[in-house]
Parts: sequence; structure tokens; C-alpha cells
Amino acid sequence: MKKGRLVLNIIAIALFIGLLFLFRMTFDSYKMKILNLCGIYIILGLSLNLINGFTGLFSLGHAGFMAVGAYTAGLLTMSPAMKEMNFFMKPIVPFLAEVEWPFFPALLMAGVISALMGFLIGSPVLKLKDDYLAIATLGFSEIIRVIFTNTQSLTNGALGLKGLPIYTNIWWSWGAAIFTILFMVFLIKGSYGKALKAIREDEIAAEAMGINLFKHKVMSFTMGAFFAGIGGALLGNLLGTIDPNMFRFVLTFNILLIVVLGGIGSITGTVISAVVVTVAMEALRVLDETVNLGFVTIQGIPGMRMVIFSILLMIVILFYQQGLMGTKEFTWDWFFNGKGFRKTLKKEVK
Amino acid sequence: MTFQVFMQHLANGISLGSLYALIAIGYTMVYGILRLINFAHGDIFMIATYVAFYGVMLLGMQLWWIAFPAAIIFTYFFGRLVERAAYRPLRNSPRISVLISAIGVSFLIENLAIVIFGGRPKAFPIPSIFNKIIQIGDVSIVSITFFIPVITLTLLVGLVYFINQTKTGMAMRAVSKDYEAARLMAIDVDKIISLTFGIGSVLAAVGGIMWGLKFPQLVPLMGLMPGLKCFIAAVVGGIGDIRGAVLGGFILGLGEIMLVAFLPALTGYRDAFAFVLLIVILLIKPTGLMGQKLTEKV
Repeated sequence: MKKGRLVLNIIAIALFIGLLFLFRMTFDSYKMKILNLCGIYIILGLSLNLINGFTGLFSLGHAGFMAVGAYTAGLLTMSPAMKEMNFFMKPIVPFLAEVEWPFFPALLMAGVISALMGFLIGSPVLKLKDDYLAIATLGFSEIIRVIFTNTQSLTNGALGLKGLPIYTNIWWSWGAAIFTILFMVFLIKGSYGKALKAIREDEIAAEAMGINLFKHKVMSFTMGAFFAGIGGALLGNLLGTIDPNMFRFVLTFNILLIVVLGGIGSITGTVISAVVVTVAMEALRVLDETVNLGFVTIQGIPGMRMVIFSILLMIVILFYQQGLMGTKEFTWDWFFNGKGFRKTLKKEVK
Repeated sequence: MTFQVFMQHLANGISLGSLYALIAIGYTMVYGILRLINFAHGDIFMIATYVAFYGVMLLGMQLWWIAFPAAIIFTYFFGRLVERAAYRPLRNSPRISVLISAIGVSFLIENLAIVIFGGRPKAFPIPSIFNKIIQIGDVSIVSITFFIPVITLTLLVGLVYFINQTKTGMAMRAVSKDYEAARLMAIDVDKIISLTFGIGSVLAAVGGIMWGLKFPQLVPLMGLMPGLKCFIAAVVGGIGDIRGAVLGGFILGLGEIMLVAFLPALTGYRDAFAFVLLIVILLIKPTGLMGQKLTEKV
């Protein structure tokens, strides 16, 4: 990175932090919550994009990793008194009963445990390809959910956990989001990123070039799981309650929607679409409610919002397969000269 | 466990297995031709059940023998419509796009169903012929438990005959072997694919109606779990192979029932059984129990 660019990047981040201060002063708590969700969805979208977009592994197991992260952070940060209140069916396992960690180590632990799960799951299933991989990862995410529903003394089963301390604020969510963005940018620009993209384009050719396929795939999968765990932990400590049914396939689908709309394999695209989708999901709640315009009342139809989103996704898939950004990224050159986005290798259509 | 209880479980397992087998065949046929997991298959199953429900509501309980076939015919066209709208435009796209499209259309159907049918569960009407209790010795079984394997077997025989003996069936086999070569032999590939979707949907519809008769509660997301499980059944048996789908369906159905019967402590893990089975099979024999080994072309 050239020195001028570095200065520009730092200025941009500083400006953005200033903007966050401004939002914090002017927004009410509802808007702040949406802002937090934007940051969290950026993390989740980027982590899925690393696996699906940059490495070309079609994984549908994100909800499972998020569940692991959310439960880890939740159990570590909850106060012992709160735990006693939650676990009235069966007492909690002794080694967790008295634990109360600050948020940062709990967050890291959530990522690490989730990454460990990713590693354990990834090592066997990454031998599979395409749709087999998709269905196997989906299977694992369902297994995690079923296990969490049944381990009463560890996760409180189907009752879920209530009264998680609300640690997540915009500094945590957006701090983690900015860290994730920077991490991804450096990762993708570096030699590892090039290797991952080579695997995406052509596995056999990549292997012939001396790339250890299995090692890189497992690495990408584990890192994706790490950030998914962080995202899940932030989400859990933002909402204050978690239960296994939150982490159904629909959640993975929402993140997939963000990745596809933004462009599979573009960091910029994912960031933009994460913000747009999160805000739009809230804004379109209007569709579910009855609107009274004074002279005419439009009857809202509950559930219409998700129909609109599904149709939107189908239109993008059928007509704009590249999504918002394709595989292009934002650059300062484009910003100053309007010379067009930096072109990266287009995905070969077979 | 007494012998009677065991027989009861066995009958339940066989009828659940037949249901899984019937739906799994639809997956396997579509996969055999397009190399695509039809994620919307479970939702087609759900639509069929709802249409049958509304048909019976409209015509009255006595006319179920009109309402059910009408629902099946509707589903045939619905399946073809899904193929036309969501899969045909992507015929030459990378597989990942088609897979996302499959997931997308599945969610679209589910969300539309929530809007149109409402999220509140509905009770499926059961004509009395399916609801009789039959006593054999000390074992008492609801008649639908008998109907399911019989209907499945009949359809299976018809389907195998259709695929192996008719000209259209031959065209289907040709398309699944080699797409381009089939086209050069003057086979209308699009038409065959559409027909395959139609047949798969008919099987899903029959399965859905029988599912409704056995588990009479309709919700818009009812297709999700059976859909995933039947896909697993198809993979376990060896995807692309109809005998494999039937075998997988029976293994899954019997396995689930027997797991709960013999190890009641694991009842909560019933839904995980299918996924554990899937992962074990994929790791030991990725092509499934009856699948042939595919070589990778460079």
C-alpha cells in the first residue's frame, strides 16, 4: 500500500468514527439497534463471503457457528445469579456456574470455540464438493441446533438463555466490523488470498501450482467460523436473549442474501449490501403493518416483507448474477479519478 | 419390548420409510438429470398438501377422491412452473448460481405460503377410509399405515416401467447420461427436464397428501424438514439412482422410528439422526450405497 493511500485510509476511518459519534448523539435506541445490527451483519457477511465467495466452497453452516459463538459468549458473560434464575429445570454444569468474564475475552473465546468447531467439522467435510458440501454443512448446523436444544444443563435447552448482559454497543459492533474488513482486505491481497482465489477458479490448476488444497480450504473455513462466532456473540449480547430456534437455516439464508446481493467475492459489495439489507429489512416493516394515509387505508399483510426480499433475491440471481459489485472492489483511484473500479479476475463461467 | 410393540413400530417405520422413499425419488430424478439439489422440492410437497386441504374444504369431505387427484394435477403444473421460472434461465450458469436460485425459490414459495395460507396451523381432513383401525392379533394399526406402502409400491412399479420401457423414459435416461449427445439425437432436452420436474412433483404431491393423512397438521414450513430428510435419503442410497432412493428412504424411516423405540433417551435427537447418517455416509462412501463411482474430468 502506498503511503498516501494509508493516510487516506486512516482519515476515512477517523471520519467514520466521527460519524458514529454523531449518530450516537442523534439516534434513539431503536435506530442505534439497527446501526449495531448493520455492523454485525457486515462481520457475518464477510465471513460467509470468505468461504463462499473467495474460496468457492459452498457452505450453508453459518447459523451453527453463530449459535456456538452466541452461546459461548452468553454463558461466559452472564452473572452467576442470572444463571441460577435461567437454569431452573436442571442446574447448570458446575464449571460454568460461577464464571463471569468481561466482554472482550468472552468475545475472543466465542470466536476461538467457533473456529475450533469449524476446524473439527471442516477437516472431514471439506473433502466433499459443491452441493454435497452445502448439504453436509447445513446438516452440521442443524445437528448443532438439535444438540443445543437437548443439552439442558449446558445450554438450558429449548428455553434458551435470557438476561444476557447487553454489552454490545456501536463501538464493539463497528470496531469488530472495521477489524474484520481490514483483516479481509489484507488477507485477500496477500499470498493466502491469491491462493484461495486460485482454488475458487480452478482446483486442479491450483493444485498443480503447488497450493495445498486441503490446508487452504480448512484455513478459510476455520477463519470464516471464527468471525461467524464473533458475529453470533455480538448478536447474542445485543439482543439479550438467545434460544436454539434463532439459529435456523433462515438465518444462514439472510446472510447468503447479503453476500449474493453484494456480489460473491467482493468485500466492498458485502459491506454495502449488509448495511442496505439490514436497514431495508427494518424499513420495509411498513409492508407488514396497516398504513393509514388519512383518506385511504392500505391493509398491511403480515409476512409481505419476506416475500419482497425473496423476489428481490430471485431477480438478482436470474438477471444480475454478478450482484452489486461482482468481484470488483472500492479503490481510491476510482474515488479520485473515476477510472472505474479495480478490475479483478472475473469468475470463469463454465 | 414385547413382540406386539415391536410390530407396531415396524409398521410405523415401514410407512414412514415409504413416504421418505416417495419424496426422495423426486430428488433423485431431478439430480440425475440436472445435477441440482432441488431445494424447492419440500415446498412443492407443502403446496400440494395445502391445495388438497382447500380442495376438500371446497368440495366437501365426500368428494376427497376428486380433490386429491386435482391437487396432484395442480402440483404437476406447479413443479413445471418452478422449473421454467427458476432453473431454466440458469441452464448454462455455474452450479453455485443454480444452487442459490434453488434456495431462493424455496424461500419465495415458503414466504408466499405464509402470506396466502397464513401461519396458523391447519388440520388436514382425513376421509374415514384412511382412519379405520385394523386389528391383527394384538397389533392395532391405522389403515393409512397400510395404504402408504401399497401406494408407494404401485407408483414405484409404474415409474420403473415408464423409465425403462417407454420412449420418453429412454429420452430421460439419455439426458441424464449426456446432455449434449442427447440433444444431438434430436431429444428436446428442455421438454424432458420439464417433464422430469413434473413427475417428481407428482410424487411429492402424493407423498404430501399421505403425509397430511398421517400427520394431520399443516404449516407453511412443513416441507422443510421432510424435504431435507428425503434429500438425505436420496444421498444415502446413492443420488441419481431410483432403487437407491427407495433404499435410503427405508433406512431413514426405519432408523428414525427404531432409534426412538429402542433408545427413548435419545428422542430429542431424532431430527439429528438423519444428518448424522448423511455425514457418516458421505465420509465413508460419498457416492451413496448404490451409487456408481464418478471420475472427475479435467
